[in-house]
Amino acid sequence: MRIIKKRKKWGGSRGGDIAIFILLVLIGLFMLFPIYLSVIQSIKPSEELFVFPPKLYVQRPTSQNFEDMLKVAGSLDVPFSRYVFNSVFVSVVVTVAQLFLSSSAAYVLAKVKAPGVKAMNKVIEIALLFTSSVTYIVQYIVMAGMGMIDTYWAITLPYIATPMGLFLMKQFMGQIPESMIEAAKLDGASHLRVCWQIVMPNVKPAWLTLMIFAFQGAWQITGYLFVYSEQLKPIPIVMQQIAAAGIARTGVSSATVVVLMLPPMILFLILQSNVVETMAHSGLKD
Amino acid sequence: MFGKEKSQYIEDSKFRYTMREMKKNGSAYILALPYFLLFLIFTGIPVVISLPVGFTNFNMVQFPQWVGLSNFYTLFLQDDVFLIAIQNTLVFAIITGPVSYIACFLLAWLINEMPGPLKTVFTYIFYAPTLAGNIYATWQLIFSGDTYGFLNSVLISLGLINGPQQWLTDARYILMCVIIVQMWMSLGAGFLSLRAGFQGIDKSGYEAGAIEGIKNRFQELLYITIPAMGPQLLFAAVMQITSSFTAGDIGRFLTAFPSTDYAAHTIMTHAFDYGSVRYEMGYACAICFLLFIVMILVNNVIRKAMAGILDT
Repeated sequence: MRIIKKRKKWGGSRGGDIAIFILLVLIGLFMLFPIYLSVIQSIKPSEELFVFPPKLYVQRPTSQNFEDMLKVAGSLDVPFSRYVFNSVFVSVVVTVAQLFLSSSAAYVLAKVKAPGVKAMNKVIEIALLFTSSVTYIVQYIVMAGMGMIDTYWAITLPYIATPMGLFLMKQFMGQIPESMIEAAKLDGASHLRVCWQIVMPNVKPAWLTLMIFAFQGAWQITGYLFVYSEQLKPIPIVMQQIAAAGIARTGVSSATVVVLMLPPMILFLILQSNVVETMAHSGLKD
Repeated sequence: MFGKEKSQYIEDSKFRYTMREMKKNGSAYILALPYFLLFLIFTGIPVVISLPVGFTNFNMVQFPQWVGLSNFYTLFLQDDVFLIAIQNTLVFAIITGPVSYIACFLLAWLINEMPGPLKTVFTYIFYAPTLAGNIYATWQLIFSGDTYGFLNSVLISLGLINGPQQWLTDARYILMCVIIVQMWMSLGAGFLSLRAGFQGIDKSGYEAGAIEGIKNRFQELLYITIPAMGPQLLFAAVMQITSSFTAGDIGRFLTAFPSTDYAAHTIMTHAFDYGSVRYEMGYACAICFLLFIVMILVNNVIRKAMAGILDT
């Protein structure tokens, strides 16, 4: 007789499951608290913002802070719509360019055996360390040398070729069977055609994942140091300027925080399952 | 004589072979070119030129002036603030690096033990801080030094402190505050990678394990799960190295800059101070170069060590 102790679907012991659940809920509360607080503060009327002790709930929610935010932003040198345009423009350009350039390069790194490809792979793996949060100071020299400071180039071009985007796409493409590519090549398809007609349609989850990572990064570009003209600034830096005005603007500053954090959070909510599928291939081999 | 000729021949044919292969795949290089051009300009060149520029005095206006090793001498022998910065960076890296790495791993594992819909909900909640991003204004509200600050208000009503504490300007607390915010944001791409890795593990391994006498989920984790997750563990490690070395930059937004007694001053903020505030680019590049070297070294050591343990 064959006895197979089948693993229960949900964990080992009931008690253990409940303990884990409670632990996760507690950590989850810590994670959500600042986000919840931002939302609550943004809809508090001013008389509720300045009470002691500060309340974690709101009695009479209002949109006053958001209206004030537009008013404050409207009193700046250029209309608020200009900042919105800059942010949307930068996010769209960076996201689209990153998708196309990373996927093309990822196809070569994952599927083409040509001299130099191995070296490129090694370089990208090391470069995973060098995000723009580490390199921005030295980047400034190169950008100044090329005359890019205070142009749209400065807040788009440096954020397109991220090692992370290329790496994830390459890893995901690695699982596409060689036979599929060989067959297309025998039919005389060029690299360009194999890349865009055979490989791309099969890596949709990776596309969507790259999209969310790229957008998330691009939406937070402040342009600090790289642009100083008002008409080039994206929303985040303007928000920082508003928040810097201090305690009197605390409601407005919470409203700006909410405006900034919502788009990436909503996008991720929609695309989450694709992200998990893509990240399954993110592993590094030695 | 014969041997030399032979090796010459082999080298020659290898060279020709390389050329032929390159020609054959010419279109592939063109496909990769746009990405690598941008990569070179905005990542490759900046990282590489940090060394030569580190040997100069460069104020971004006049042509760089060669000063040899003087920037590096100053850094280590005269710049007391840099020594504080190194110390703080190490404290940040040593606390936030391993702790957040282990947190990423354990939380990804625990989430995976939950039933389906809860998995999705918890993954979203834990990744939410990374999505929300730089909401420093809210953290400033929590740590605010007056009685409107949430931390002060809670601690005062619990009777733990008598009056409001200046969390973000009191040198005793700054480091702690920055570490808390860093931990809050630390479940990033590495966490998602591990989370997906757990999901992708072949379930039949668990059944086989149960037959072979694995009793509880900790044994399961140790003997079946971890060995199958080597690549994700490595990827998450690389992600965590970068974020723990740049963690100090959060302090620049959270506290005043420079922070009281340089309590949150790190190598990154020191480089920012010289490069972007004082425009002493040569000196800033020397600092950046050292940071890059340390990051690469740490990365290599950790990957070698992990590869040994994980046997990947």
